[in-house]
Amino acid sequence: MSEICCFKGHDLKFYWTINWVVILLGIFLLALTLLLFIFPKNKENQRCVVKIQVGDLSNKKEKIPTVLVFTEEDKYGLYSNLLFKYFLAEGVVCGHELFVASAKEHPDNILKELPAPLLDDTYRNELGEEATAVKSEDFQDSMKIAWRYQNLPKMEASPTSTKFGHYYDVSKTMPPELFQSINWHSFYLPEELSLQPKMKTCNMNSAYTRLLQSIQRIIYQEGFDGSDPQKKQKNILRIGIQSLGSMLWGDDICSSDTPEDIHSLTKFLYVLRALLRKSLSACIITVPAHLIQNKAIMERVTNLSDMVVGLESFIGSERETNPLYKDYHGLVHVHQIPRLNSLICDVSDTKDLAFRLKRKLFTIERLHLPPDLSDTVSRTSKQDLAESAKLLSSGCGAMAIGKKHLDF
Amino acid sequence: MTDGSFLVHHFLSFYLRAGCKVCFVALLQSFSHYNIVAQKLGVSLTAAKERGQLIFLEGLKSCLDLLFGEKEQSGQPSPLQFLSEGASDLKALFDFVRMSLTPAGSDSWKGPVLLVDDLSVLLSLGAAPVAVLDFIHYCRVVVCSQLKGNIVVLVHSNEDSEDEENELVVNSLCHHSDLILWVEGLATGFCKDVHGQIKIIRRVSLELTAEKDLVQVYQYKIQDKNVTFFARGLSAAVL
Repeated sequence: MSEICCFKGHDLKFYWTINWVVILLGIFLLALTLLLFIFPKNKENQRCVVKIQVGDLSNKKEKIPTVLVFTEEDKYGLYSNLLFKYFLAEGVVCGHELFVASAKEHPDNILKELPAPLLDDTYRNELGEEATAVKSEDFQDSMKIAWRYQNLPKMEASPTSTKFGHYYDVSKTMPPELFQSINWHSFYLPEELSLQPKMKTCNMNSAYTRLLQSIQRIIYQEGFDGSDPQKKQKNILRIGIQSLGSMLWGDDICSSDTPEDIHSLTKFLYVLRALLRKSLSACIITVPAHLIQNKAIMERVTNLSDMVVGLESFIGSERETNPLYKDYHGLVHVHQIPRLNSLICDVSDTKDLAFRLKRKLFTIERLHLPPDLSDTVSRTSKQDLAESAKLLSSGCGAMAIGKKHLDF
Repeated sequence: MTDGSFLVHHFLSFYLRAGCKVCFVALLQSFSHYNIVAQKLGVSLTAAKERGQLIFLEGLKSCLDLLFGEKEQSGQPSPLQFLSEGASDLKALFDFVRMSLTPAGSDSWKGPVLLVDDLSVLLSLGAAPVAVLDFIHYCRVVVCSQLKGNIVVLVHSNEDSEDEENELVVNSLCHHSDLILWVEGLATGFCKDVHGQIKIIRRVSLELTAEKDLVQVYQYKIQDKNVTFFARGLSAAVL
């Protein structure tokens, strides 16, 4: 941009005015291109509502994969509890059998707080309203600058066409009449401590031993392992175990750096995996991973599970006030996906998922950053601001702008 | 999230097709999982088991038999004996391997092969790292030196792993192996078309001829019945 021109006085003024106009226009076009490049006209607001559904019973030949879903709890356990209840609620609506185990809350109380299922019409109406609201903002101009994006398929605002699973209203609890038709079993640790475990202990924590025994007994008695050929209709057992590994289960991995027995949890998971593989069942376990000091245990636990999802809530962290995340309540980290009965696994397009809890719905969406309308080229995150503040205080005037800011 | 388990499926079907006698210690998945994938790769594990070519130890099932089984198994102790009594060694497992691969009179199979998926699970089940290494050592003596066969072992590892016991086992295995297939994710992150990168390290240095190990790096994409390998940066999606 540096030219040496020789002009006469009055022409110079005119020339520089034109130059400024050119520069401003250039910046404007650049900004526009950047905006269009990053955010094409169709809003990328795809809501991928995650459903946990176990296969279709109608196809008897195909063996149903038994998935061990393992959720790392968020710090206050709010959202992982919600996922836990969703899993169980889906079981109720599908008519599966439930087995709920907890050391903290009585399973009866957990089941009383399951979210109510939404009838298809009401949900579609709600989604439909939001979809039309979004569409009215779209305008069908053909793209002038980012024209390469013209031919890309538009993102669906919401997956109303897929019939996979059910939707739930978290503001209401499930009506008791839905429970009438299903069988459910509970395991509340304080009530089970009096019974003696009959299986070989294999040096495992006694609470885990009792839980395993209870699960094995249910699987055998109710015929989920196919041991009873006369059982007329096959059903699926949905097992939910809350806060495994916490102190309430008698395990000290959450409370001490050098726990007495680091193998109890992993042995438990292995035997549980064996029980699930042998039967028609699926299991969700929530674990307060943030409390486990020994990270080796979490690595081993991840290897032993089919699917591992971590929830990171923004409550109490600096991200709560970060404008980047203002639409969301937390992030979803998928550490492992099941790779059962095939070489490949169902890998999704994106790994950046975030969740939010609205008044009625809990949704998991692609992490979508709002447009960056700041003056600087790159986004300001709290880290950059902190760094530039540090530099300012140390007196380096020229460097005070911060590392990432490239101002010309 | 990168997993080297596709290599286990490959070696299983490869050795079975080559006519070797295979002892497969499958600790992490059930028999039906391997069977379904092997069928896609053109091998039937059930048939191989029936004709005595494949001896399959289903760890999950053995574990249940051991813990919930009411009566003692006739004669031989369970290969996973170390689970129940807190016994510190894997002798029972080794005995199982040795008995499976020692050729019976009527066998006409080519060299024996021991396949383990995956060794890191033994650590999770309470075996000490030294016990695991001893087990592998004993197996090498029998399978490789005495019976002139091969051993293929899968282990998990992380770059920033805090699992010291696991890292110890992995490092030791790497030192003793003739061939290392190191599967890892791409350094640049997740990609739909390139699932990961595989480093093939031929331990030529073990032959004491003052040569360095040969390292080859390829990237791969896993498909339903096949895995395609290609040189770095030359994925079909890019070309």
